[in-house]
Amino acid sequence: MSAVSAVQLEKGSTVEAPVRETDTRDQEELDVPWQVVVHNDPVNLMTYVTMVFQRVFGYPREKAERHMLEVHHKGRSILWCGVRERAEFYVQQLHGYLLLATLEKIV
Amino acid sequence: MEICRKGEALQISDLDPFLAELLRQIPASTNSEGAPGAEARLFSRPSAEKEICVEWKSYVEPELRRLFRSSTETVAEDLAQLNGNEKSLRNRSLTIPFEHADAWLNALNQARLVIVEKYKFSDEELNDHDRSPIGSRRDLSLFQVNFYGFLQEFILREMQCS
Repeated sequence: MSAVSAVQLEKGSTVEAPVRETDTRDQEELDVPWQVVVHNDPVNLMTYVTMVFQRVFGYPREKAERHMLEVHHKGRSILWCGVRERAEFYVQQLHGYLLLATLEKIV
Repeated sequence: MEICRKGEALQISDLDPFLAELLRQIPASTNSEGAPGAEARLFSRPSAEKEICVEWKSYVEPELRRLFRSSTETVAEDLAQLNGNEKSLRNRSLTIPFEHADAWLNALNQARLVIVEKYKFSDEELNDHDRSPIGSRRDLSLFQVNFYGFLQEFILREMQCS
């Protein structure tokens, strides 16, 4: 069957008939997970970074300190993984506190 | 200079004119105009993906600018207590309402980041807390970064105690 056929409406005038799509998706497409990464910088105070992690992610002090030390010693720490919209929200919050933060697609 | 918590406020007392002037410099020090490096640090890239960065610049960056400006304005209003000539600044006090603590942390952070970017201080310089007396504009700016950091530490400590 032709995808597009012409229908004659009146003499000298034609309009394209609607297209019926026959393709269907044969696989579910899942959202790719994203991660929120905080990078080291020499200016932000360690106590400040810990407080920000507690506030933004609701982490207990010990967990926030672990991430802060990972940023300090390894240069970066993955703070959170999940859907893109939430990751963007967290990165915006972190930028509001002037931390160097990015969202990265998990490949 | 003394700094302590008094009820619902932080009080900085016995301020000499030099430290009072450094405090008064906080709002001006947050200005990143003419310093692309400082601007890039305050509004850092959120992702390596171009599409995200373009959207970010349109929708998120204006919000961040508003937030940073609001914090700086709050601090400037508190600092109006220090307005006056140098003589009247001698041993003055500054009272910071505790509800302004977040604005102060933010403005102090902006100022520190902008100064560090403008002067391109190295990690070694930033960690050298026994630096010799101030002999240049660069030394003064490094002292300013450390002084603002000290204030941040105090505010954070009081926030944790409350």
